[in-house]
Amino acid sequence: MTKLSYVRTEMLPEREPPTSATGVIGWMRQNLFNGWMNSLLTLISLAVIFWLVAGLLPWFWSPTWNAGSLGQCREIIAEAGKQSGACWGVINERWPQMLFGFYPQDLRLRPTLAFFLLFVALIPVLFAMISRRMNWLLLVLVLFAATFFGPGGAVMTVLQIVLGLGLAWLAWTVVATDRADRAAQIKEGVKRLPNPLIFSAAFVFLMPWLLWGGSVWVPVGVALGFVIGWLVFRLLNALIGSLAALILAIVTPVLWWLFLNGLFASAMQAVLPYGLEPVPSRLFGGLLLSVTIGVTAIVISLPMGIMLALGRQSDLLIVKSLSVIFIEFIRGVPLITLLFVASVLLNIFLPPGTNFDIILRVIIMATIFAAAYMAEVVRGGLAALPKGQYEAADALGLDYWKAQRLIIMPQALKISIPGIVSTFIGLFKDTTLVSIIGLLDPIGLSTSIRADTNWNGIVWELYGFVALLFFIFTFSMSRYSMYLERRLRTDHG
Amino acid sequence: MTTLTDPAKGAFRLSMLIYDSRYRSITIQIIALIAVLTLIGWLISNTASNLADLGKQPSFGFLGEAAGYDINQRLIDYQNQDTHLRAAFVGVLNTLLVAAMGCVTATIIGVFVGVLRLSKNWVVARLMTLYVETFRNVPVLLWIVFTMAVLIETLPAPNQFRGATPEATMLLGDTVALTNRGFYVPEPLFSRSIGDIHLFGASPLRFDVSLDLIAVLATLIASFLIASLITRRADRIQAATGVRPRTWHWRLAVIVLPLAALLAGLGFYLGHPALKGFNFQGGVYMRNSLIALWLALSLYTAAFIAEIVRAGILAISKGQTEAAAALGLRPRRVMSLVILPQALRVIIPPLISQYLNLTKNSSLAIAVGYMDITGTLMGITLNQTGRELETILIGMLIYLTISLTISFVMNVYNDAVKLRER
Repeated sequence: MTKLSYVRTEMLPEREPPTSATGVIGWMRQNLFNGWMNSLLTLISLAVIFWLVAGLLPWFWSPTWNAGSLGQCREIIAEAGKQSGACWGVINERWPQMLFGFYPQDLRLRPTLAFFLLFVALIPVLFAMISRRMNWLLLVLVLFAATFFGPGGAVMTVLQIVLGLGLAWLAWTVVATDRADRAAQIKEGVKRLPNPLIFSAAFVFLMPWLLWGGSVWVPVGVALGFVIGWLVFRLLNALIGSLAALILAIVTPVLWWLFLNGLFASAMQAVLPYGLEPVPSRLFGGLLLSVTIGVTAIVISLPMGIMLALGRQSDLLIVKSLSVIFIEFIRGVPLITLLFVASVLLNIFLPPGTNFDIILRVIIMATIFAAAYMAEVVRGGLAALPKGQYEAADALGLDYWKAQRLIIMPQALKISIPGIVSTFIGLFKDTTLVSIIGLLDPIGLSTSIRADTNWNGIVWELYGFVALLFFIFTFSMSRYSMYLERRLRTDHG
Repeated sequence: MTTLTDPAKGAFRLSMLIYDSRYRSITIQIIALIAVLTLIGWLISNTASNLADLGKQPSFGFLGEAAGYDINQRLIDYQNQDTHLRAAFVGVLNTLLVAAMGCVTATIIGVFVGVLRLSKNWVVARLMTLYVETFRNVPVLLWIVFTMAVLIETLPAPNQFRGATPEATMLLGDTVALTNRGFYVPEPLFSRSIGDIHLFGASPLRFDVSLDLIAVLATLIASFLIASLITRRADRIQAATGVRPRTWHWRLAVIVLPLAALLAGLGFYLGHPALKGFNFQGGVYMRNSLIALWLALSLYTAAFIAEIVRAGILAISKGQTEAAAALGLRPRRVMSLVILPQALRVIIPPLISQYLNLTKNSSLAIAVGYMDITGTLMGITLNQTGRELETILIGMLIYLTISLTISFVMNVYNDAVKLRER
């Protein structure tokens, strides 16, 4: 009996995959050239990319940075022996105007400082992983850097020294201790630095003061109004019940702002005069205008939108129908009609003789507009929440506001983050519409620059520059929303 | 077992309005209503006293006065001696025109880009991402003024088409002229036209509807109905015998032949634009303001629609594709029978709001001088008559009506394709 085996006893050695399936070639075969359709698409796309790059790069690379007019640009380009090229002279000459509009040149440090401080103020709100020391370090760094651009003098030098020392100390603490050690220390009860959100809250009052100037006591008085409201609520809550205390806590500050704040500010100004040179709104322009309108409207529209969404979801019939009418009306009309209302009608609606600032009017309308959209986004989040969450909140015995604050809103807002951020982005882009009612935002400025005889006929450079300005903001906002979604994701895996 | 009884009802006390949850909601609502009514009353009384100071009593009489301005892009006849109401009507039609054109092109481009962005082809997917991010992240107003500027600066003037050796030539066999004043495209004409219907007599809202157009549309609708009947018959035969009869040539014939017969009967021909003097004559003239607005709105909205389409397709779980493949369906059938019907349910609601956005964004026409409702009623009419309150109010109501109509129609469609849960 022969011993036959049909089963292989020794394994074949492993072999390298064929070169056509690995590396660059394999990747290309898999991703770019699998099938004739895909190959055709690849070739077309490559042709488009080549056409774009070949058209743009030589145009882009043009030595016209110092040209003073479109004519000069053309001469320079002709000398360089090129068919066409960008005329960067217009950007060189006008970029400060595109950023600040007609804001007085010697005061432009103020909006710049406000802009950088805005980021410092936003960091503790936006990012959880930045430590308190890092936040304060950034704040001191911005202030320290700003002192070098400001007016000189003994006070400035002292300030520089103080800030410099503070900066050095903070930097040392950041470098010297690492995160884990610090976390352990904090657990043991080491005193922490104050919460940077304090600065964020203060910045709300600081920003208008830096931008518009005037007496320092006006924003202080406005801030004082909030303190008064809080004090009234704390004192009266125990005495007359929460609802009455809440009503009084809203009424008192309003009375303070309407009647006493002006008196307070002028009295304090007489005692301790300090202020910045006032800048009227009509000088605002360029990106400064867009950011001012955008940021203010964004900050106010979120709470307003949440209230409207709650109103629309509520069981109270009148509140609900008022919210629905408001939301549907605002969402049914274009923003430009609301801006027309701001520019020609708002003064008719208000008591005779009232005449307030066009920027403020635009901000009001933009806020209302964004709030209606925000309300629908938040409502989507509320609707997406399982009913069990509401019932669980009720079962725990929470009252309406506690249930909203502790159970419903954190989840509903998380669901609606992408929508909220895209509303913000939309609002920021929509700030350009103010150019139609004659404000000089980047697009309005572009139009007037193109009307200048020196730059008549400029198209690509100017609009490209404006597009880039907006792209930087909106693109980073959308990336931030993706980051936030990742951070707040609680599912496993 | 204990029985739970309601606490004995005490007499009504005033404090119960605040502290009793049965009455509190009513109290809050009434306070809210009074507050809102007071606010509205305050605004109205302010408005009344302000208008009285200005000597302008609110009235809509200006709508009947002669407008006195020209509208260069219009769908219906209009002279500058017509009334403001007529001008506003021209504006409304222009708004609807650009909105309809924009919605169609934006959907086509958007679906195309959205599907290609999901392509496994790396280069194509990246290129489409680039498109979407560029258009989404830049304000639409900038796109509109930019497109307008590009059209004006880069296209040839009409007089450059003149002469023995012209600097510019017409496209597509001398039928389409792209100039910096606008596009001239061939115009459908009928040599044996059956005329127009005049609606609304001599009122400011009068307009003509071409009977030829109605005949063509009616024929097309009838043809498509018959084609769908053929498809249904094929379905029946397939269900009964398992063999699907070949029907595409029948369907094609049903759609093409009656239309061709009708067009031949009406004497259909294309009127080509031709250079006469310093400008083109004949054909349909689309001003560059219309083109710029249309292009910019389409490309901008298409970027959003692409994202919606992509999200809709991604929302369908992979198991659906695999299950369809396991049933033996071919890839194209998987797409048309399994993926698309489900994806459409996800896609349509946000698509509606994109259409609404496009319609509302068409009000930016005023930036390039396209005479839509914002340009006529809320632009020139407002400036000429000084009736801010009335014009803006009417304008807002018109936009509100358009928006609510679009969302109503699309919601009806949405209900039709919605998932029927049992």
